[in-house]
Amino acid sequence: MSFLRAHPLAAIGALIVALVVLVAILAPWLAPYDPNAIDAKAVLLPPSQAHPLGTDALGRDVLSRLIYGARVSLLVGFVATGVAVALGAPLGLAAGYFGGRVDAAIMRLADVMLSFPSLFLILAVIAFLEPSIWNVMIVIGLTSWMGVARLVRAEILSLKAREFVLAAEALGISTWRLMAVHLLPNAAGPLLVATVLGVAGAVLVESGLSFLGLGVQPPTPSWGNMLAEGKDYIAFAWWLTSFPGLAILITVLGLNLLGEGLRDWLDPKAKR
Amino acid sequence: MPLVLLGITAVSFAVVHLAPGDPAAVAVQMNPRITPEAVEKLRAYYGLDQPLWKQYLIWLDKLVHLDFGESFAPDHRPVWDKIAERLPITIGINLLAMLLIFVLGVPIGVAAAARPQGWLDRATTVLVFVGFAMPSFWLALLLMQWLGVHLKLLPISGLHALGAASMPAWERAVDLARHLVMPVLVAAVGGVAGISRFMRTGMLEALAADYTRTMRAFGAPEWRVRYVYALKNALLPIITILGLSVPGLIGGSVIVEQVFSIPGMGLLFYQAVLMRDYPVVMGITVIGAVLTLVGNLLADLAYAWADPRVRKGLAA
Repeated sequence: MSFLRAHPLAAIGALIVALVVLVAILAPWLAPYDPNAIDAKAVLLPPSQAHPLGTDALGRDVLSRLIYGARVSLLVGFVATGVAVALGAPLGLAAGYFGGRVDAAIMRLADVMLSFPSLFLILAVIAFLEPSIWNVMIVIGLTSWMGVARLVRAEILSLKAREFVLAAEALGISTWRLMAVHLLPNAAGPLLVATVLGVAGAVLVESGLSFLGLGVQPPTPSWGNMLAEGKDYIAFAWWLTSFPGLAILITVLGLNLLGEGLRDWLDPKAKR
Repeated sequence: MPLVLLGITAVSFAVVHLAPGDPAAVAVQMNPRITPEAVEKLRAYYGLDQPLWKQYLIWLDKLVHLDFGESFAPDHRPVWDKIAERLPITIGINLLAMLLIFVLGVPIGVAAAARPQGWLDRATTVLVFVGFAMPSFWLALLLMQWLGVHLKLLPISGLHALGAASMPAWERAVDLARHLVMPVLVAAVGGVAGISRFMRTGMLEALAADYTRTMRAFGAPEWRVRYVYALKNALLPIITILGLSVPGLIGGSVIVEQVFSIPGMGLLFYQAVLMRDYPVVMGITVIGAVLTLVGNLLADLAYAWADPRVRKGLAA
């Protein structure tokens, strides 16, 4: 609680994230309509009492689609970041702890991956794998582990020289135990920050891919593909593009605020 | 660096070839009555019947000679020609975006650092967070809606108006500039947020440094301390960060060019992805990575040129 009082921006972020998560979980109870129910008599209606955020070109309720879209965005965001952490953390741990050739090999691989404009790599893989929500998650994860790996490596390098690690080594602890029990948990703070910020990034990338038609495929509602569908009616149906964009903006903003707040909290010395 | 280059080619090759669905399979999809012999011929024609490592070596050998092969598209043009004619557009837009990032981001950061926690600092902090969270394609749509459709101030797609070819030169230039405003703005937003943040931190650090205290102790005027000495020091890391922003900008050009229908490399890539045009996809992926490396290299050189400590080999 003291964390939230000392970091009001982070508190706002936490509130936003909690709200979006809640909306995603409670989607079936919150949505006023079936998100995929087509209604030929209610096409492209502006916001009204019956449809608070209007209807799209097929007469589907925008609010209901937006609510279900939260599920897609968060699912992709969390799973993709999970993949990135699951890859990056062990790689960074190994690079930092073993050093030498292992370190050089892993870090060169990270350099190579970092020199690709990530969107190129993601688009290439997804197009060849057939776009689907699962492929999107895996590919975003596969192309975003480098930051995590570098971060964990840096943490491990500084931890490796500390007395408690030297003591554990002197007592003859096994390498695996040392890494799992003493090194990784001590890098948990920065890892948590990177995870929260990573989810924000993944949500943005997913929406971009879906906007390009190479992410989550219709009729499954995602904020990105809603924007793509609304694009054609931009001249006279502003509600189709305004609300999904706002949803992405607010969600990513919330995650970023939370992540930055956590960073300040965990490392009060760091200047911003 | 050469190792990274080799890695880049290997990853691009692997990405495209480990995935199922080669152009022969696509041909079968388009025409189910195609005979198995014809499919085999097609595969042989594209070299897809060779073992993977051999395909890679052949491709790599051609790559060194800037031969990216032929496009699978009906025009069958050399990939390099297709990329080369579109590269200047993408590079041009991204250079303009970088210029805008620098011209907007640096003053915003300096102004915010002038009075930490002042109203301006708070306002820019909010703007920075919004800039980071803004999906570029959404911003593009909003701008198109307001500046393009609603106010009819700016054209919303392409690089030239209809009949631009028959305009006098200056009119054509104005027309091009008008077409570039929104794409460059959209490409720059995330970078402006980032650079202004780094600039603010850099200024605060420089102002708290020992040399600043020394300057003040010597009685240097405050404006000189701030806007000459501190500014110079805070600007140095910005060079590196601008270099690091290259992959994001290049990748982002897919979205910017798709939204605004700009015939650059990003749009070509997008279309190639949709058509499974392997050689074009591989070619652009490699070029994109090479551009990133060039960007980093230029940033390193610029840094060395700007920082006397590096120039004279004094810094680690």
